[in-house]
Amino acid sequence: MRELDLVIIGGGPAGLSAAKIAAESGLNSLIIERDYKVGGQLVKQTHMFFGSEKQYAKTRGIDIAKILVNDVLAYPDKVEIMTETTVVGLYKDNVLTLLQKEKYIKIKAKAIIIATGASEKFLAFENNDLPGIYGAGAVQTLMNVHGVLPSEEVVMVGSGNIGLIVSYQLIQAGVKVKAVLEAAPTIGGYKVHASKLKRLGVDILTSTSVKRAEGKDTLEKIIIAKLDKNWDYIPGTEEEIIVDALCISVGLSPLTSLLSMVEADMKFVNYLGGLVPVINHQHETSIKNIFVAGDVCGVEEASSAIVEGYFSGLIVAERLGYKHPNHEELYQDFEAQLENLRSGPFGEKTRLGLKELRGENNAE
Amino acid sequence: MLNKNGVPSLEEIKSRFPSEEFLNKPKAITECYENIPCNPCSTSCPFDAIYIGEDINTPPVVDFEKCTGCGVCVYNCPGLAIFTVQKKEDCLVFKIPYELVPYPEKGEIVNAINRNGDIIGECEIEKVSITNRQDRTALLQVKVAQELLYEFITVRRKL
Ligand SMILES: Cc1cc2nc3c(=O)[nH]c(=O)nc-3n(C[C@H](O)[C@H](O)[C@H](O)COP(=O)(O)OP(=O)(O)OC[C@H]3O[C@@H](n4cnc5c(N)ncnc54)[C@H](O)[C@@H]3O)c2cc1C
Ligand code: SF4
Ligand code: SF4
Repeated sequence: MRELDLVIIGGGPAGLSAAKIAAESGLNSLIIERDYKVGGQLVKQTHMFFGSEKQYAKTRGIDIAKILVNDVLAYPDKVEIMTETTVVGLYKDNVLTLLQKEKYIKIKAKAIIIATGASEKFLAFENNDLPGIYGAGAVQTLMNVHGVLPSEEVVMVGSGNIGLIVSYQLIQAGVKVKAVLEAAPTIGGYKVHASKLKRLGVDILTSTSVKRAEGKDTLEKIIIAKLDKNWDYIPGTEEEIIVDALCISVGLSPLTSLLSMVEADMKFVNYLGGLVPVINHQHETSIKNIFVAGDVCGVEEASSAIVEGYFSGLIVAERLGYKHPNHEELYQDFEAQLENLRSGPFGEKTRLGLKELRGENNAE
Repeated sequence: MLNKNGVPSLEEIKSRFPSEEFLNKPKAITECYENIPCNPCSTSCPFDAIYIGEDINTPPVVDFEKCTGCGVCVYNCPGLAIFTVQKKEDCLVFKIPYELVPYPEKGEIVNAINRNGDIIGECEIEKVSITNRQDRTALLQVKVAQELLYEFITVRRKL
């Protein structure tokens, strides 16, 4: 069995950034990615990112992916990348089972960083399995990675940033966005994204959700209805929208199944997207030498995933005896960057979530 | 209402404009009202005319004395929330960000659109620029009627 120093599971922004700092510190790592290329969510984000310049704000996601990939390619003898390989098993003695083209491989690592990201939540309503009903991520992959249009018209469910951004990208691709539905009484995402859609003629309907889908073989129409304060449908407010695609964007939940296999301590924290690993300030789970970074430990942004990746790479390198020459400085810088990113009203969910995770929720 | 449908109120809009005498020269209008973690407008301005400060969640404030209306922040704003506007004798000249292809052409008469997405008149495209530095966000220079100062926000090509 091959024995490695550091194995990073997931080649998204968190995983790539971890590998970069590890390599800078002199530590070898192996990135394992199930997709055919690394970059994670970024490979389908054609819009300019928010954040500050340090995390590549105003650069388009697809180009941030290139920057992060080039950063690790600069260390060809320190970082190995395995694509089209899925980690399917993780065991307590840090043994991993990989599935690579119908072949199972076992490896062992001194330390592991889990950076598997998050998966889309789905919504329960009548006929939600009709063809034509997609997750927002699937639509983005179809359009922006494969250049395939999902439909002629679409209704988006969810006005968080992802719903708003994917709606905008659908319009850029020539699809008519008939409406964005939002169950809450106010828009979830940044208002600059909402304004951008509204001026293109898209109505955002708050306190509204999809009640039922209808269609013979594929989606033909949806029935929407208003919601009251308790998120119950208000009788008599039903309306029909003729549409051939419905796109669901109601949030993400961390992909933590590997952590469950090693029985790491987990906690359900709604603010962080669902079940997340309990971690200390160094991003280490309850299992020694298993670390986490990025959306897998709380759904946030690429900006924070990148910094968490750097941070965990720094910590692991030190743990394995490869202390980065600027360890202290970087440690403080990464902590400060995370704090800055999370300090505004949109960071409140993360702040509250982290408090709850650490059992400090009564502090304020 | 901004947080219900994405449309700011007239007061909100006006709060981002300088007093009218400034508008003899082009000035940047930042329609970014919320505390979001973002600052490229500020870091990209070659004249140091947009202030955000240490906490990147602070909304931008333009120093209209310093702003030259160069338009750099317009294509660097990921929220497409900035445009420039100048008052000429008989019209207004806007520079707006635009990301829908095919782009309109110079001289083309297009629909003028308000923040609600409605057609509010016609306007003329004076210039279309899309350099490498703009990273795929075009800048449209548009000639707009005087009275649309607080209404005009974008253009829609006629079919
Ligand atoms: C539409 C949209 C717009 C966004 N806009 C912004 C924005 O403007 N600014 C911003 O900062 N963020 C934005 N984000 C968020 C950002 O993309 C994510 O927060 C970020 O990608 C999370 O990084 P990550 O590395 O944790 O996870 P991911 O990017 O999800 O990467 C995880 C990787 O792990 C791989 N993987 C998972 N399980 C396994 C396994 N078992 N074995 C092997 N590989 C595995 C996956 O294939 C994936 O490549 C946006 C997201 C979306 C969907
Ligand atoms: S228009 Fe030019 S000078 Fe004015 S704020 Fe924007 S970048 Fe700065
Ligand atoms: S770059 Fe745009 S969205 Fe970001 S803070 Fe500046 S005006 Fe707001």
